[in-house]
Amino acid sequence: MQIYRGHVLVCAGTGCVASGSRNVQAEMEKQLEAFNLDKEIKLVETGCHGFCEMGPIVIVYPEGIFYCRVQPEDVKEIVEEHLLKGRPVKRLLFKNQITEEMVPHYKDIDFYKKQNRIVLGNCGFINPENIKEYIARDGYEALAKALTQMTPEQVIEEIKAAGLRGRGGGGFPTGLKWEFARKAPGDKKYVICNADEGDPCAFMDRSILEGDPHALIEGMAIAAYAIGSDEGYIYVRAEYPLAIKRLKIAIAQAHELGLLGEDIFGSGFNFKLNIKEGAGAFVCGEETALIASIEGRRGEPRVRPPFPANKGLWGKPSNVNNVETFANVPRIIARGSQWFADMGTEKSKGTKVFALTGKVKNTGLAEVTMGITLREIIYDIGGGIIDDKKYKAVQIGGPSGGCIPEELLDLPIDYDSLISAGAMMGSGGLVVMDEDTCMVELARFFLNFTQMESCGKCTPCREGTKIMLDILERITKGEGKEGDIELLQSLAETIKSTSLCGLGQTAPNPVLSTLRYFRDEYEAHIKDKRCPAGACTALASYRILEDKCIGCTSCARVCPAKAISGEVKKPHKIDPAKCIKCGACIETCKFNAIVKQ
Amino acid sequence: MGKCCCGNTCQDSRLTEILEEYKGKEGVLIPVLQRAQEIKGYLPEKTIRAIADFFNKPYSEVYGVATFYAQFRLQPSGENTIRVCAGTACHVRGGKAILDKVCSELNIAPGGTSADGKFSLEPVACLGACGLAPVMMINDTTYGRLTPEKIPEILAKY
Repeated sequence: MQIYRGHVLVCAGTGCVASGSRNVQAEMEKQLEAFNLDKEIKLVETGCHGFCEMGPIVIVYPEGIFYCRVQPEDVKEIVEEHLLKGRPVKRLLFKNQITEEMVPHYKDIDFYKKQNRIVLGNCGFINPENIKEYIARDGYEALAKALTQMTPEQVIEEIKAAGLRGRGGGGFPTGLKWEFARKAPGDKKYVICNADEGDPCAFMDRSILEGDPHALIEGMAIAAYAIGSDEGYIYVRAEYPLAIKRLKIAIAQAHELGLLGEDIFGSGFNFKLNIKEGAGAFVCGEETALIASIEGRRGEPRVRPPFPANKGLWGKPSNVNNVETFANVPRIIARGSQWFADMGTEKSKGTKVFALTGKVKNTGLAEVTMGITLREIIYDIGGGIIDDKKYKAVQIGGPSGGCIPEELLDLPIDYDSLISAGAMMGSGGLVVMDEDTCMVELARFFLNFTQMESCGKCTPCREGTKIMLDILERITKGEGKEGDIELLQSLAETIKSTSLCGLGQTAPNPVLSTLRYFRDEYEAHIKDKRCPAGACTALASYRILEDKCIGCTSCARVCPAKAISGEVKKPHKIDPAKCIKCGACIETCKFNAIVKQ
Repeated sequence: MGKCCCGNTCQDSRLTEILEEYKGKEGVLIPVLQRAQEIKGYLPEKTIRAIADFFNKPYSEVYGVATFYAQFRLQPSGENTIRVCAGTACHVRGGKAILDKVCSELNIAPGGTSADGKFSLEPVACLGACGLAPVMMINDTTYGRLTPEKIPEILAKY
């Protein structure tokens, strides 16, 4: 085997690829050859590091030097200075946002310091297209242990004792779900992975699929053994082409080594895995809808019971879990339930991956121990609010979740604390909002999403979300009426209690939680026809500041409604009756002379 | 030019090949529609009818599936597909301004195709590249950290 004195890891996750990491990788290959280093330094294409904001990311080992926003033209300098002469390139290091100090080492960066990367432990460290790198990090040991040393019942007990709960939203105990499927009568059973990550702004499953696909495969194989199944399906979004490609490679490699297929580890256990590409429907995240979609039908949910554990795919007992849940399984089996149960809060064990986005300085994926506070995630890991603006709220759990205001920032996060705060864990999207975000507009945004994604099967969801959306649209346009808030509340309660599936049952949450914490903003829109955040266009007005306007006429020329008039070299004026509030004038003005109020 | 399953002589026999590949298999309607859409970039009525006939299903059922999922198009699309992300992170970081700019540059509405047939515009719920918000995708290339000013330059590449 070839021994290398160093490794250069180039991130090939979707975020970094979008920032140009493919070109960086190609240039690195060229430069390593040019400097005759290709026999000494190994170039590795990895999955996502989670710090997409700083991409393309390049890490050099053994030192663990972390380079960010690397461009192809920087590569030669890294190779010549760092790899050849041993002097890290200072200008490409990560700079601490507060102290402005350079932070050369991966593990010292604030973004990573407070994280506890278990599920994401391999992402960014191994080449996801090479099964041997996964095996070198103890991959498939858990499957071997389960198949050769444990009975299926023991596997289920272990998962139950660990306290693992579903990471896709509901938080149902995973071991219990497996037990239902195990006990359901039937000779053919299915294991299904929900990789239809549809929540806007949650991309942890994508990162696992792209960065550590074998963890999912191993987790599914263990689940199949536990419930007595020999066939599995991974239902993955067609919008994730790279994830699909890597999954296919991983499945083929696992087959080749006999880790999938017939008589695995000589135990007599067989397991076959299929990939199904979703075709774009948010409701397919609901398990009965997902099963309908695998069967080739419209992805509409049905009444439960019977639960999929008894009547699932093709009417056979089936167990559906999401990607992050399965990826936890090999770690629990390998290290034991006690190790896992020691992490987290009383009822929520282990870690959760959050997708931290919105108006925070450091965006990306953060895996943290359950029970951490939102303040730690947003300020310590996320580095605080962009431009040091004022924090307003964080939306947690996507369109099914709710917002958490400043006074609850010190709430320890777990499944149950979030529910009592009017939000939910959901799949773990965390979108941070500052003072410029209008909460009524945000509620409208989410309702617009759920209304469009409603499958139309049941009336409360189909009609109810539409009526709620109409009301919210009126309010944000300044046409709100007395009684709108009460009507929204009563509709929300009805939709929540009478919808068929989770989509409808949770769709009103963003409205209810913004009403709970930001009722004054609704009232300002309805009573004073004013948007406190200045975000609702229809309620805004534009004005030219006379002392700043030099009369260059560029705003008047760009105005599509001819609402701006004035003589050359004299301050201009906007006619509010003609103004359509498009904002083109602000974009054009070079003198900051136009303000939106 | 091969004889097509629909009874006519079609542009090519690729649809027949696809159908034969899935013959007798269960639950294959969605992958068949996905593959069939690759032929012309959309699903003409004739194609949907041919698929329904081949699998001995009512036309309404196949049409129902094709219209349920966002991926399937029943109208021809432009040469390049632009997907502007309308996810939450993009929304709070100014995704709307990006969508508006693309619309005004190409003089089209979301869901439409430009007059020269070069671009189709589809808003999408999330592209999963939230760290780079606001983002859009043109075909398989993702563009992140967008500002309205960057749009004309990007569009000019196509």
